[in-house]
Amino acid sequence: MSGVEQFVKDHRNLVTATVCLIAAAVLPLFFDPLSSITDNFITAGAYVVMALGLNIVVGFAGLLDLGYVAFYAFGAYTVGWFASDHFSSVNGEKGIHVLAGEFASSLPGIHLNFLLVMLLAVVIVGIAGMLIGLPTLRLRGDYIAIVTLAFGEIIYRFAVNGDEISVVDGYKLTNGRQAIAPVDAIDLPGFAGFDSAFNLRPYFWFVLVLVALVLLVNFRLRDSRLGRAWIAVREDEVAAASMGVPLVKTKLLAYATGAAFGGISGAFLGSYQASVQADQFKFGFSIFVLAMIILGGLGSIWGVVLGAILLSFINTYFIPEVFNSVPRSLGLDFDLTVLNFGIFGFLILLVMVLRPQGLLPERRRAMELTEGAGVDDSIDVKVP
Amino acid sequence: MSTPAAAKPDGAPPKGKTLLSTENVSKIFGGLVAVNDVTFEIPERSIVSIIGPNGAGKTTFFNMLTGLYKPTIGTIAFDGQDISRTRPDLITTLGIARTFQNIRLFATMSAVENVMVGQHARMGAGLIGSILRPPKVRREEREVRDRARETLSYVGLSEKIHDELAINLAYGDQRRVEIARALASEPRLLLLDEPTAGMNPQESDTLTAFMRQLREERNLTILLIEHDMKVVMGVSERITVLDHGEKIAEGDPVEVRANPLVVEAYLGKQG
Repeated sequence: MSGVEQFVKDHRNLVTATVCLIAAAVLPLFFDPLSSITDNFITAGAYVVMALGLNIVVGFAGLLDLGYVAFYAFGAYTVGWFASDHFSSVNGEKGIHVLAGEFASSLPGIHLNFLLVMLLAVVIVGIAGMLIGLPTLRLRGDYIAIVTLAFGEIIYRFAVNGDEISVVDGYKLTNGRQAIAPVDAIDLPGFAGFDSAFNLRPYFWFVLVLVALVLLVNFRLRDSRLGRAWIAVREDEVAAASMGVPLVKTKLLAYATGAAFGGISGAFLGSYQASVQADQFKFGFSIFVLAMIILGGLGSIWGVVLGAILLSFINTYFIPEVFNSVPRSLGLDFDLTVLNFGIFGFLILLVMVLRPQGLLPERRRAMELTEGAGVDDSIDVKVP
Repeated sequence: MSTPAAAKPDGAPPKGKTLLSTENVSKIFGGLVAVNDVTFEIPERSIVSIIGPNGAGKTTFFNMLTGLYKPTIGTIAFDGQDISRTRPDLITTLGIARTFQNIRLFATMSAVENVMVGQHARMGAGLIGSILRPPKVRREEREVRDRARETLSYVGLSEKIHDELAINLAYGDQRRVEIARALASEPRLLLLDEPTAGMNPQESDTLTAFMRQLREERNLTILLIEHDMKVVMGVSERITVLDHGEKIAEGDPVEVRANPLVVEAYLGKQG
């Protein structure tokens, strides 16, 4: 076998990732700088980041989280608070600026550089994940799903009603459905090309870099001490604890890491859409992200990437642009967009019936579903 | 797995300092007293068995020793330290490892990965280390993997099935992987819950010899729950008999075999 072949064999994921990312990087050059296709790809990229985060929680560690939207919200509000004129009269209406772009530096309010905002989002969302996780993760199985669902809904209510909640100096927590806007555009040191009115390509490349980083983190975590502990906990909590895996700490780390990815993605989407509006954080979004990883294959990194891109495009392109008029042409009085969640549900149903392990399943899961792997739960003890 | 012949049980309790002791331990589930007032100790480097009819509370007792259950009353001390309320993972870190009556491997992980999980407590890589993979973490990962393979070979698993998923292994091999996984945590006390269940006499003999080998080569103390009387009588220096959650007899194999209470528990009252 030649050296190249051997390298490809040993580093299959690295090679696949490099090829896919390079191919993706040249993609927007074939479209108009303001093409809606590029816009769709940017959204898809942000969803890939989110889905990979949720995959750590649900796919690796086996904790069914139905409130993932909470972390999207925290991430988006981080950029809303720290990169807009929301706190308009801080510092005597002069504003606080840290490495902010030229335009943002002239505005009142708090304006941090986007990279700092992302860092802050990781910290804030990571801590939020820990706080939500600490009481939740002592529960098992379905109870986790119920409690996280409630938390997701609580955060949404806070977002919607935040315009009635005063924090410091009479400032409101959120602007509710009015949205915090405008949010600063991304501003990298030495590059001021982020302007969604003229050119979407820099946003696309930015989200591609995020995807690359998140992919790297996912692969590395999966093949590590922590990744093995996550899978062990998913397979059999009692055995894992008996082998020295601290359950609460291990689950919390899964939860916080997944949360941080959601936060990064939320901060990016907040900045890209230039507004943070409460109705983005409805319960349905948690299910939307969950559907991506189920469609692609729980626990399978490539499957999740595929699932996220597919569902994102179905949501932003196929339903509203390609098939939207189908009901009308059949003489029915509605647009297809009103059915989007029905369509996602139908797709999940199809996958469950035809290919329960997902489109690109992980080796382990495929095994579990096709060969009935499982553990004997006859000693059903509650592990503290 | 050839071994030097074990010290012949000679009636005297094994010498050495006490490694694990329980004092008046009881476990009550609602109205059911599963384990009742058991006081018991295991000297270092001994092989001790717990026997008793089904439902005698043996596995419940094991679960208390490993922290899966907390005793309702009483204390458990390991190497002088009270572990009655300690979390199972911390007990493993202190040096107690176990296998399960119904094999509980991580079914969709390979044999090697299963054993690597066993070393979790002996590893240092955290979240950041796992992401950045500095040389220290890479070295640790390599060492842990190599050690896992060594341990698998040590328990007699041929190298070509090290990378098989646990669920695809033959029953006897799964038992071996479970023992390897327990050994990987570098225990001082190994708890085996019915290790010969489902084995033929020949396999049981091999395992019996292996237990002695473990004590000699790895300085282990072994506590086992076992139903196969040939294994129990052949390997144990001391036997504790539980019935209905209570300790009804204790002593070396000869004494226990002659104890009328034990005969009664197993066979029913005579006459």
